[in-house]
Amino acid sequence: MFRSVLVANRGEIALRVMRTARRLGLRTIAVHSEADAAAPHVRFADEAYLIGPPPALESYLRIDRILEAARRAGAEAIHPGYGFLSENAAFAEACEAAGIAFVGPPAEAIRRMGHKSAAKALMEKAGVPVVPGYHGDDQSDERLEQAAERTGYPVLIKAAAGGGGKGMRRVDEPDRFLRELKAARREAMSAFGDDTMLVETFVARPRHIEIQVFADGLGNTLHLFERECSIQRRHQKVIEEAPAPGMTPALRDRMGRAAVAAAEAIAYVGAGTVEFIVDGRQGLADAPFYFMEMNTRLQVEHPVTEAVTGTDLVEWQFRVAAGETLPVAQADLAIEGHAIEARLYAENPAKKFFPQAGTLARLRFPPEGPHVRVDSGVAEGQEIPIYYDPMIAKVIAWDRTRERAAARLEMALRQTRLAGVTTNLAFLAAIAGHEAFLGGDLHTGFIEEHAADLIPEPAPADAFLLGAAALSILAEREGRGADPWDVADNWRLNLSAKERLTFRDGGTERAVTVHQGAPPAVEIDGDRLAAAWEREANGDLAVSLGGARSSVHVVREGNVLTVLRHGHVHRLELAEAAAADDDLAADARDLRAPLPGRVVQVLAEAGQKVKRNAPLVILEAMKMEHALLAPADATIAEVRVAPGDQVAEDAVLVTFAA
Amino acid sequence: MQPLTTSVKATSEGFRENAAAMRALVDDLRAQSAAIALGGDERSRQRHLGRGKLLPRDRIDALVDPGSPFLELSAFAGHGLYEDTVNAAGLITGIGRVSGTECMIVCNDATVKGGSYYPVTVKKHLRAQEIARENRLPCLYLVDSGGANLPRQDEVFPDRDHFGRIFYNQANLSAEGIPQIAVVMGSCTAGGAYVPAMADECVIVRNQGTIFLGGPPLVKAATGETVSAEELGGGDLHARVSGVADHLAGSDAHALAIARRIVADLNRTRPASLDVAAPEAPLYPAEDLYGIVPRDPRQTYDVREVIARLVDGSRFDEFKRFYGETLVCGFARLWGFPVGIVANNGILFSESALKGAHFVELCCQRRIPLVFLQNITGFMVGRKYEAGGIARDGAKMVTAVACARVPKFTVIVGGSFGAGNYAMNGRAYGPRLLFTWPNARISVMGGEQAATVLATVKRDAMEARGEAWPADEEEAFRAPIREQYEAQGHPYYASARLWDDGIVDPADTRRVLALALSASLNAPVPETRFDLFRM
Repeated sequence: MFRSVLVANRGEIALRVMRTARRLGLRTIAVHSEADAAAPHVRFADEAYLIGPPPALESYLRIDRILEAARRAGAEAIHPGYGFLSENAAFAEACEAAGIAFVGPPAEAIRRMGHKSAAKALMEKAGVPVVPGYHGDDQSDERLEQAAERTGYPVLIKAAAGGGGKGMRRVDEPDRFLRELKAARREAMSAFGDDTMLVETFVARPRHIEIQVFADGLGNTLHLFERECSIQRRHQKVIEEAPAPGMTPALRDRMGRAAVAAAEAIAYVGAGTVEFIVDGRQGLADAPFYFMEMNTRLQVEHPVTEAVTGTDLVEWQFRVAAGETLPVAQADLAIEGHAIEARLYAENPAKKFFPQAGTLARLRFPPEGPHVRVDSGVAEGQEIPIYYDPMIAKVIAWDRTRERAAARLEMALRQTRLAGVTTNLAFLAAIAGHEAFLGGDLHTGFIEEHAADLIPEPAPADAFLLGAAALSILAEREGRGADPWDVADNWRLNLSAKERLTFRDGGTERAVTVHQGAPPAVEIDGDRLAAAWEREANGDLAVSLGGARSSVHVVREGNVLTVLRHGHVHRLELAEAAAADDDLAADARDLRAPLPGRVVQVLAEAGQKVKRNAPLVILEAMKMEHALLAPADATIAEVRVAPGDQVAEDAVLVTFAA
Repeated sequence: MQPLTTSVKATSEGFRENAAAMRALVDDLRAQSAAIALGGDERSRQRHLGRGKLLPRDRIDALVDPGSPFLELSAFAGHGLYEDTVNAAGLITGIGRVSGTECMIVCNDATVKGGSYYPVTVKKHLRAQEIARENRLPCLYLVDSGGANLPRQDEVFPDRDHFGRIFYNQANLSAEGIPQIAVVMGSCTAGGAYVPAMADECVIVRNQGTIFLGGPPLVKAATGETVSAEELGGGDLHARVSGVADHLAGSDAHALAIARRIVADLNRTRPASLDVAAPEAPLYPAEDLYGIVPRDPRQTYDVREVIARLVDGSRFDEFKRFYGETLVCGFARLWGFPVGIVANNGILFSESALKGAHFVELCCQRRIPLVFLQNITGFMVGRKYEAGGIARDGAKMVTAVACARVPKFTVIVGGSFGAGNYAMNGRAYGPRLLFTWPNARISVMGGEQAATVLATVKRDAMEARGEAWPADEEEAFRAPIREQYEAQGHPYYASARLWDDGIVDPADTRRVLALALSASLNAPVPETRFDLFRM
């Protein structure tokens, strides 16, 4: 076994790898970009080295700098994690050349699986079922169109070098084929620099089921069963689970054997994943499945496999890379219980899952234990950098049955306290509790199909939420100091103590009056609700309103309140009554000469719309040029002077439309 | 130190009857206070709001630090004083914390007779300035007033403590380093124009606040010039042209935010430091006070039961416990602040007066604030006592109290009669603040006593003339005297005339005193030099 390992990655996977490394007694070495100098993986590592500026191309993808760091640190091994250089054959070769063990497959295996169409041909030869279609070298329009005819519509056009849905097109009718082909090629060229295309049968309502394989290069290749990864958005997985719902032992055996055959066909070593597309419309017993691709690395979703097989795949990776044999045989492996993983992203589900950047003002997960595992790469108070994948954490729940695991996952997500950045937290919780999900009716179009349930229109805040937000503001002020003037309870001599707060909720303003006298109450829209509140140890606020009690978590950043209640995230803005000073300066009055002088230049004309502080007239006076600026955003009504005019002090130069 | 023990039985019939009586008084106090807090009538308030203005109490809420207390003063000023209802005398005053600094807030209520100054309004304004001076509290004037009440000009304008004194005070307070800040949120006409003009810093709300020596009607009459109020003295004019105002605001809320910023920039710290401890609640509930204070003022009770409900941990270090027992003196902490407490426990004898004088001297020497709990029918009278020199001993205590320069506060928890009022730091003795309980009575002597004294004098005169005075006629003579004393001794009557700074619910006393004590530490605790004590 090695004595040290450099992890050429960041975020949760770097931490996850280092945790196992440390448990095995390895010295852990991190690398980081300038953006990650204080990141958790850097803090966790025994040593850390800066490898460049924030963009990945200048840091985490720089083989030379990573190897330089490995040399400086005296690393015996390099673990690439996933993403970045994990499937880069040149990197694997460079490590080998530098005499450092690469914790991953041989460069040749990476290369052979890297090119999709070549890989498919290889698989076909090895007897692994592939999607019917064309993977040939003749890339002429005619040949491809012919292939589509033969395969039968609908077909899928895919970039051979592709991934992530880029350069992929579904074509339902022959007369649209050429147009879609062109578009796919354009996309593929710009994304991968390679516009080689495949044509395949389009599988309706397909399921994405993959098999985890492991080979030790000493003659042992086995599989650790399947993972279902059908819940995807923008062709990226968000919920993964093991085992696949409805999986039969017979199909599992067939798929497992196919996956092992695939790995053996390329003399694979280490952890890999063989992804299949499964036509599960008639159930899984006799479901057709087709090879899609093989990922020659550890997958993001490997924890669900670990949870149901009781293994540590990273440990296996280290052992295999160190030349050891696999610690178990296929027959020793069994599935126990059910595990589901949710990927928590800084992204906005309501805006096409667009990535979000910002500071995580709050990030608290429920405690981990036998049922819940959280792999997180960021800490509260840290920024989600714009340079990398915006994943915050993976939350993995395990239990005896799928139903219980889903319930645990939903609960864990609803107990997660997160604010500062828009995330898919509520969306994930909605999936975990969705009827179709619980029924196991999975396919890659699941999210589109159920979008209305999963991404509901933002509803206005209800009375409980508004009341809780108001009470959180009062609670925040409690215990400020010992002086009697520090007691912030709105006390008034012989009068009732109350405070009126106005919140902006979307486009509307909502007023909440908190009555602090005995008994305390909250008044919203004329309803008076008996109120009680209590700060809890975890920072939650237990709120009781009108007899209903519930815990909320409120994070205040300036005037913005993020109210978390049972996994629902609601943002409110505390309306600040005071106007900004600038609004006043923005009082469009006539532009007058501040002192007597000569007009040098007129930069405005009647009818023109001008911005505040735009120069309108240049006046020369006392041997200086004075630029006279627009006092506000305004429309010019009249310009009363021309260059060369001599003007008196206070003369009106420009007037504004009312 | 052992905490005070209590012998109060909340289940006893007397306690429950007392409590019911006091609760009725407190309920009325709160009901009256709520009515006063409305300010003007519904129509005036709606008109005020219709102009985009905040109601005066909402202005104060927006001015003080979020959630912080506001110690309103003299809310009953003007109560029943005039034919008109002049709630709070049309002027809200009180101590509030703004940007972390305790300030005196003086806020006109334009919904009450246009915010015009009745005689008692002037008195209230001047009292607020006096409190600001003694405690060195920055003054914030939220101006929205039509100026002096013209029909009563003779009671408002000419005398020393009339309208002009407001500006005199502003100049001299500023000279003493006590910031004077004006926020012009409405009219400031004629004399009123000097409030902002004499302020250290001044904010004006555009299209709302106006400052001019003569308003448009006067200008028209004097020179024939027609001009609008805004053109004559509006925010834009004063902030951009005349320079009378320093800050221009777009709204009430904006103006108040600017005022908060001004206070934040004052560079003030609290100069007085006492040995302050962490506050601790009393051992016994404050509401017990309702049942402790007898509903019949002639009944006696142990004032230590009151002290036990005011001071931290109910701990009280008593001084000369077994000497002059009708006056209870001792050290305690109130909300962490060290205080010396002087409380009546019966009529004052020579010994009690000597003890009181000694104790006040101690507190002054140690610069410990004093709290007087006043419930006093007077000094003991009679041949023996006069011969014993009670006048001389009483004078010692009055001297000590009069000269004491430590912050001193008085709460009238029962009767306040005769010279006892003086010795116990009555209004004339310069308490930083003086509060009364709703059951209190204040007069030169009790009503019954006064009736008896006057009837005796009259009967003696009649008897000297050989006339007889039938009992029913004597009763007819005595009844109106009793009634007059009862009416004039009532706390509402007293508070309406600013004989105190406010009426407090007994259960709030600890908090009110704590706020007052804390605010008083904005002024250094000066050294006391005593007058000659007659020996």
